Amino acid sequence: MPDPAPDPSDPPPAERRAVVRDSLGVGIATGLYGVSFGAVSVAAGLSVLQTCALSLVMFTGASQFAFVGVAAAGGAPLSGALTALMLGTRNTLYGLRLAPMLGFRGWRRPVAAHLVIDESTAMSVLRPTRELARTGFVATGLSVFALWNLFTLAGALAGNLIGDPRTYGLDAAVGGAFLALLWPRLGDRRNRVVAVCAAAVALGVVPVSAAGVPVLVAGGVAVLAGILTRSATDRTELPGR
Amino acid sequence: MTWTAILAAAVGCYLLKLAGLSLPARVLDHPLVERVADLIPVALLAALVAVQVFADGTRLTLDARAAGLGAAVVALLLRAPFLVVVFVAAATAALLRLVFPGW
Repeated sequence: MPDPAPDPSDPPPAERRAVVRDSLGVGIATGLYGVSFGAVSVAAGLSVLQTCALSLVMFTGASQFAFVGVAAAGGAPLSGALTALMLGTRNTLYGLRLAPMLGFRGWRRPVAAHLVIDESTAMSVLRPTRELARTGFVATGLSVFALWNLFTLAGALAGNLIGDPRTYGLDAAVGGAFLALLWPRLGDRRNRVVAVCAAAVALGVVPVSAAGVPVLVAGGVAVLAGILTRSATDRTELPGR
Repeated sequence: MTWTAILAAAVGCYLLKLAGLSLPARVLDHPLVERVADLIPVALLAALVAVQVFADGTRLTLDARAAGLGAAVVALLLRAPFLVVVFVAAATAALLRLVFPGW
């Protein structure tokens, strides 16, 4: 990254360095678990090339795990694709919140869009200035991208060498990975209710549908909960008006 | 077929990101849109956990994966980082299968 010209509105270099250091830390920690994605993906029956294509082009962890999770369960690729897309909608929300902070225009916007993920959003959205937000976004996004892809390849190659993935509990690793992604959101009571209902609905649908479909049906729980909680809030707000 | 699905989903995921950076921010002002959008990842991830652990094709099952999930919960309660949680889930299931083959 070239040094910007000195400008009184620029943050002090020390502050910038601290943001870069934190971002690289997040990048390394996140990139490392590309190993688990690579291994799980080849265990699900995808080739090494397909696994790497997912990390390079899709580049959003939860959607990637969902795609290979549906494939592992024997689901149709279309179900996997739809689940991945539904999970990818949260990146749209991140983008909506990031756009005014980052202020990217022209060619920078489509390039930056590829780096809109959980971690780059978390490391930039609360910064006090645009320069620091951009620094956090770019440093986190690029370091996660480089390491996530490198470790995906490593995991996919290792996964191909080790034989039956069930021996190593890799099928259980996927459930653990999804739970770890979900965990931070379970502090909220409404989210806990939605999570339990969605899990119950999905399991209820399992015996009567093709693999991959239960997860999509459970997405309907989110829509229903969104509509129902609105009417509940409206009612409680009425007397106050 | 798998390649088509991979590329379609990957390009779709990219366009969802680009839409976020390009759409006017007032889209989020609609409270229903914001709530549903917040809840979709929660519902999908919870369903994925359930199906990943308790289903085998179109059958409901209880096997070593459930023990792996239990171990993951303990790891998360102890504030373990992501990689440790994934490793603990896998190791628990692997050890159980070592002791009880076929689980």
